[in-house]
This record gives sequence, C-alpha cells and structure tokens, in this order.
Amino acid sequence: MSRSRKIALVGNPNAGKSALFNALTGARQKIANYPGVTVERKFGRFVLPTGEPVEMTDLPGAYGLDPTSPDEEVTSKVVRGQFPGEAEPDVLVIVLDASNLEQHLVFAQELLSLGKPTVIALNMVDLAERDGLVLDPLVLQQELGVPVIPTVAVRRRGLADLGEAIAAAESRHAGPGLTDLGPTERRVAAHAMAEAAILSESKRHRLHARLDRLLLNPWIGPVILLALLFVVFQAVFAWANPLIDGLEGAMSALSDYVTSVLPAGLLRDLLTDGIIAGVGSVLVFLPQIVILFAFILAMEASGYMARAAFLMDRLMSYVGLSGRSFIPLLSSFACAIPGIMATRSISDPKDRLTTILIAPLMTCSARLPVYAVIIGAFIPERTVGWGIGLQGLVLFALYISGIIGAFLVALVLRRSITQGEASGFIMELPKYQLPRLKDMAIGLWQRGWIFLRRAGTIIFTVTVVLWVMLNFPKAAPGESQVDASIAGHLANGLAVVVEPIGFNRDMALSLIPAMAAREVAVSSLATTYAVDEEDEERQAVDLGNRLKNSWTLPMALAFLAWFVFAPQCMSTIAVTRRETNGWKWPVFMLTYLFTLAYLAAGATFWVATAAGL
Amino acid sequence: MTLDLLPLGKTARIVAVDWSVLVPEEARRLRALGLEEGAKVSLAHRGVFGGKDPLAIAVGRMIVALRRAHAAAMSVELLSEVSA
Repeated sequence: MSRSRKIALVGNPNAGKSALFNALTGARQKIANYPGVTVERKFGRFVLPTGEPVEMTDLPGAYGLDPTSPDEEVTSKVVRGQFPGEAEPDVLVIVLDASNLEQHLVFAQELLSLGKPTVIALNMVDLAERDGLVLDPLVLQQELGVPVIPTVAVRRRGLADLGEAIAAAESRHAGPGLTDLGPTERRVAAHAMAEAAILSESKRHRLHARLDRLLLNPWIGPVILLALLFVVFQAVFAWANPLIDGLEGAMSALSDYVTSVLPAGLLRDLLTDGIIAGVGSVLVFLPQIVILFAFILAMEASGYMARAAFLMDRLMSYVGLSGRSFIPLLSSFACAIPGIMATRSISDPKDRLTTILIAPLMTCSARLPVYAVIIGAFIPERTVGWGIGLQGLVLFALYISGIIGAFLVALVLRRSITQGEASGFIMELPKYQLPRLKDMAIGLWQRGWIFLRRAGTIIFTVTVVLWVMLNFPKAAPGESQVDASIAGHLANGLAVVVEPIGFNRDMALSLIPAMAAREVAVSSLATTYAVDEEDEERQAVDLGNRLKNSWTLPMALAFLAWFVFAPQCMSTIAVTRRETNGWKWPVFMLTYLFTLAYLAAGATFWVATAAGL
Repeated sequence: MTLDLLPLGKTARIVAVDWSVLVPEEARRLRALGLEEGAKVSLAHRGVFGGKDPLAIAVGRMIVALRRAHAAAMSVELLSEVSA
C-alpha cells in the first residue's frame, strides 16, 4: 500500500474523543499550523496490532451530519470526503459515551448510513458503571452490524481490541436498513437500542448532580467562578516568580559566558544585546503562560468550563452575546488565536463575528511580558491589605479594563454592525471528570511549544532585524547610537504621532516591531536600551531599572493602557482574515482597536499627569 | 404548562413544541440534543443571581443548558413521581 490508511475519530461532543485520541497516538500527534491551513486538524500516527502504521484524525464533535456550526461543518465534510485537500477517511471510529447512548446513537446511525468501514468505541464504560449502568456491547454490535469495542481511554482499556477491529474493518459493510431512516425514526431506534443494551441499571448516586447543585447555585456559583478567576490571575503572577527568576539568571549567565569567550565586536553585541537580551526577555514568560494554560485546560477537561458558560450566560446576554462566547473569550486570555478558532462552535454568524472582533481585547499571555515589566518597574511591591499585592491588583485592573472594553464594544456592535436577533444559548453540560495528567501534559506541551516556536522564529527574526536597524549606520562620536540609527529615524517619525499621548521616542520605537507580536515590545525595549548603554553599566542594570530612569509614571501607565487595546499581533489578524473569509473584518478590527488604544493611552497619560503622579 | 414554568426537580414529558417561534438553526440543535416531542425532561437548575435565565434541563442522562425563550416554546405534562 502506497499511503497509510486514514482513520477518523468521530462522535458527539463530550464522548471522550480527544482522550481516546491521546491514548492511541500519545505524544506522536500534531496540531496543524495556524497560518495557511483552513481547519484546526489534530492528527497523529500510531501502529495497529497488525504492525500497520495508520494516520488518525480527531474530528470536531458534532450532533449530526446536517451542520449547525462551522465546527460541525468540518466534521460533516471530512467524513463524506468532501473537504478540499483532505483525503476521505478509510475507516471511521465512532466514539460513544456509554452513559449517554440514547443520545449518541442518533448520530452513530447517521454515520453508519454512509456505509463506510466502521468500528464503534463504547467509551467511558467505567464512568457508566460508576453511575450504576452496566451495558452489553454485543447487543449493540448485533443491532448496528459493526464491531462495538468497550474502551476506557483514560485507563488505556480496550485499546488493543480497538486496534484489531480497525485493522479488520476494511472488509466490513454497514448493516442494512439504516440508510433510509429519518431523524425521528433514528431517535426512536436509538432509544430502543440503548434500552436493549442495558444489562443492569441501579439507582444512580450521581456525584455530578451534587456538584452542580453547588457550582450552578444561582448565588454561590457565580461567586465561586469569580473567586476561581481571581486565584488564576494571582497564581500567574505569584507561582511563576521563582521560575522566572531562574530563567532570568540563566539568561544573564549565558550572556556573561558569551561576553567572556568572544572578543568585543559586532558578533558579540549581536549575541548579547540582540539575541539573548531580546529573545530571552520573552522566553522568561513561559512559566506564566504555562500556568495560565494549565488552569484553562483543567477547566475544560473537568467539565467546569461549560458550567462557567452557564453562569456567564445572563451577563453575556446583556451585551447581546451568549454563554457560548465565554469559552472562546476565556481561551483568549491565553491567546486570541485558539480563542478565535474556538468561535467555530458558535452557530449564530453574527454572534460569532462579534465574539471574534472582541476576542483580542481579552488580555492574552503575550501582553503579560509587557505588563509584567512595566508593573515590576513602576508599581511598588507592597500590599494594600488582606494580603493582596498592589502589583497583582494593577494587573487585575488591566484585565478588567480589557473585559469592560470588550463588553462595551460588543454592546455597540450588536446594535450597529452585527445587528440581528438576540442570540440563544443551547449547550450540553458534560459530566464532571478528573482532568488526566497525561492529557494535561500533552495540551500544555503543545501550547508551550507554539510559544517557544514563536520565540524562536518571529521574535528571533524581528529582534535581529531590529538590532541591525538600531546599530546601523554607526553613530558619530558623541552622538547617541539610537539617534543615528535607521530605527531611530523611523521612530522619530512615529513619535510625532504618539507624542500627544505621552509616548517618547523609545516607546514609539518599540511599537514598530511589536506589530509582529506584543511581547516583542519588551525585547525591543531591552535591545534598544542595551544598545544605548555604556558597556560597564550594562550587566548591572536590568531592563526595569533602565525604564524607571527614562520614563515617568504617567508615561508607563499610558503604555499599559495602549496595550490593553492595541491589536499588535500579526497572527491574530491572519486568523481573523481566515475565519471571516476576507480582509473586511480584520481591517475593521485594526482600525477600531488602534483608535481605542490611542484614546485610552492619551486619556490615561493626561489624567495621570493632572493627578500629579 | 410550558417547560420554563416546570417546578425545579419535577419530571415531565414534552407533548408539543412550537417550532415556528424558534430560529431554525436553534430548533435543529434542540432536536439534535433530544429536546423534542416525547422526551422526558426535568428542570435541574434555573438562573443566576435570582434571574430566570438560563435553564439547565435534564434529558435522559444529559444536562442541556438553554434559554427561557426556548423552553417557553415547549409544552410539557407532569409525570407522576417514579424516579427522577
């Protein structure tokens, strides 16, 4: 066989597809790159018990082949081989939640009617048994005419059997009589099959019903959610600190080492001032990004995220959105790119567009480096009572500003540009589950790797280009190098525009390369000040102190306010263009966000100056 | 009685749904989740901070969140208490 066979995992949302995918492919999986691809495609290779290597795709969860969201459309097209550029899967593995058969068998029948070689994974049989539900897979197998393999993805149970069934699936055909059923008949049949498969059903002692009584309590629930979010943001700052200090130490040790082994000259300057100062100043934020993603992944894996959406729905409905928008928006706190891609699960197009347009206002992890450096330099490290740090409080205020800004923008958009019927909120609340360490580790690794790759590619390139632009042409004796450089001249032009909002030339300079990614602002400030410092001082003074010496507090606050709004991220613009099929909305997004950033920074600067800060 | 007025914890059967008042996309999604004529449902949770929206409906072994407007389109009849 010339190419390896393609296996597609397909099923309802919350059937445990991703856990099964992780269990089968382990670390040998990839999420396709963001730019240039039309769908987030999770795929990985694994070897069947027969020794045959196959490629497996994890398709987005769907309720049927008649799509009600862009996400479902992908699934529907791929399984029918109608997705451009994507080979038709050779074998379908339908994943069913054992404790929700009545529901999941409806879509399963529809998939079987395609007549493709199919294997069914009766997943999470352990959870069903915990709920007192014992099933007979053979009954289902007879009814459906395809192999039904009981699996517990998280405990790796049934995986070998599943592999064997996949290997043998080529010659099979779907059972007769399934093709011509309508939706209602399918539901009746699903009900009958689910009932027939039950061996025993005892009184349920459902843990999640009890958890829901607490977490969805109309009064206590929202308070718990708010407290959790506050803990997340404090943790991002407090827990990451020792790790950040360690990384900073390693960077300066590396810089010292390079200084000691290389002769003074351009190459040494490029390595220490350019690459280590620039890329290093961004790398040190990896711990914070990992911690933030860890919380988000845990909320998703445990099933709490859907509850959070439920609790937020009322609030979101005030600005014309629904609880469904909460999940993409919360993901946007880590990064707007997965956030914007997660809007595919929103069925209403105007609802979805509004969510995409406000997603960049959520404080993403790329802003953290900027916030952290400025806060660290200008906000004193003291408490304001009850053990709440002033620095953490300022950070919290920045996050809140973004959220309030987003809500106001949504409110305006829903009454003007994305006007339409008030959107609804329909969503399954999955069962609670303990997040599994391995799934968490894979998710964190993928997110961390994307960040590191950015640091290694975009940020590395931009840093080197900036260093060159800062170092050439060489300054005449007595003249500042930055003033003489190409970058300095460019920044002087931009400085005229941003002067009314309190920005100096160095700040203007950092904004140019930060168009690539926000965190580059930090690396470019680090490179700029490193280039301009006298050699002997350089090692002793860190970026924070350099900033403190050259900026006033109102300037620093204005810089923070700018970054609450400014859409400085090429990847976000690219993903918006892709998800909205054109340049209209990304251009709109750029325009409105830069306008807001300019106004917010200006207002902050002048109010702070008037207040005598 | 419509589904949005069902007392918390009581089990009922959906006897009729006025699909015409629902957005077609949402109607399809509700059907896909099994919320249609004949389904046995109960109201598990209602609202936040004393509000009446959204609702969490138990249907089979699944919990579905929806808005009051959707539930109001569904007429239900109470079932006698057997098991929740």
